[in-house]
Amino acid sequence: MIGKERIARRIARELKDGFYVNLGIGLPTMITSYVPEGIDVTFQSENGMLGVGPSPTDEQADPDLINAGKQPVTELPGCSFFGSEESFAMIRGGHMDMSVLGAMQVDEQGNLANWTIPGKMVKGMGGAMDLVAGARRVIVAMEHQTKDGASRILKACTLPLTGKRVVHDIVTELCWIRVVPEGLLLTEVAEGLDAADVIARTEAKLLIAPDLRVMSVAASGQ
Amino acid sequence: MNKIVQSVDAAVADIASGSTIMLGGFGLCGIPENLIAALVRRRITGLHTISNNMGVDGFGMGLMLEAGMIASHIGSYVGENRKLESLVLRNELDLTLIPQGTLAERIRAGGAGIPAFYVPTGLGTVVADGKETREIDGREYVMERALHADVALIKAWRGDRYGNLIYRKTARNFNPVMATAADLTIVEVEELVEPGMLDPDQIVTPGIYVKRIIVGEAYRKPIESKFIQSGGAA
Repeated sequence: MIGKERIARRIARELKDGFYVNLGIGLPTMITSYVPEGIDVTFQSENGMLGVGPSPTDEQADPDLINAGKQPVTELPGCSFFGSEESFAMIRGGHMDMSVLGAMQVDEQGNLANWTIPGKMVKGMGGAMDLVAGARRVIVAMEHQTKDGASRILKACTLPLTGKRVVHDIVTELCWIRVVPEGLLLTEVAEGLDAADVIARTEAKLLIAPDLRVMSVAASGQ
Repeated sequence: MNKIVQSVDAAVADIASGSTIMLGGFGLCGIPENLIAALVRRRITGLHTISNNMGVDGFGMGLMLEAGMIASHIGSYVGENRKLESLVLRNELDLTLIPQGTLAERIRAGGAGIPAFYVPTGLGTVVADGKETREIDGREYVMERALHADVALIKAWRGDRYGNLIYRKTARNFNPVMATAADLTIVEVEELVEPGMLDPDQIVTPGIYVKRIIVGEAYRKPIESKFIQSGGAA
């Protein structure tokens, strides 16, 4: 199982019946493939849709029906469409149970950086700043290290922030980390690893949960 | 009352260089592609644009950018336009990136007579730099100001000669809110219907906001992102 799939499978286990969830572009979108059996989760897309369905076939793709990643999607029964101001009212207003998004850096205070690299990359924050300010639970889903092997979990973010003290959980292919008032608490490690393996690949100081567990990626409820 | 304009070129004929223009759409979805094409034919310059994105190289607002028409832009995400990135990195275009929800709400406020408001978004980031902050009920907020434009270019699905509009699926996005926030709102629709044909309960944009309406001739509606089967994004 590749790292990204492991991350998506593990986060999917956090979904509960009746949840309204916004998934960021890229890795977080993979979570839709692993929703536990028997529960009803409604995915929101911030361009103005609740009840986002799976990708269509090429022939079914409708240019008027896309997700926030600009990919064609389908409608699930009970879906709804609305304008951008309404979409962000529901995000900012605390109606979203969970927001899962990618990151370039996260730090010991739960700060998040994922929208720009000064002088190098001009993209923009899109809806990320609104989501981290408004969602009830903010989960960062990312690969633990950069392609060069540098830790993405830092003592302090060096890139411009997306939000200050906004992250609740950090999930990588190596571990689950909870952001607690004392710092970053390592609560789960991937099968075959121990806490020392994770610490060696992490710049930030990690507190070790007394009940440190193996990160389960099995479908929940089975 | 008849707001129908016979040609797309006539609809944009009096937009001046230096105008502030809002353009609806999310990526290439729900963009006023015929009105953009007409503007590009006019080659006016020094425009201050407000739109969530900036099209792509070779389509949508990307055409305005390539024609050198845009002096400044306010948006939330411009990652699909390499031309823009290079202009900004060379300081040849004044780009302001703001959170997407704040963008939408600033436009809403502009259309609703609300000069400023407070949001938690962007607190402790560069977005809050230089802005008033205020603690309300124990939480810190940033003051954001309304956005208003000289012109809004809007894409709807169906409309009538009173300017009543309905939209289709996610092509709605920023269109209805922008329609409220400009002195001159110009709309292109795919289909013009007789007044009374639109179910009044379903109308999203009431005609009061709309000054001109045209029927778009040809819609290319390209799909921006590669199609990926079964929800697994790259």
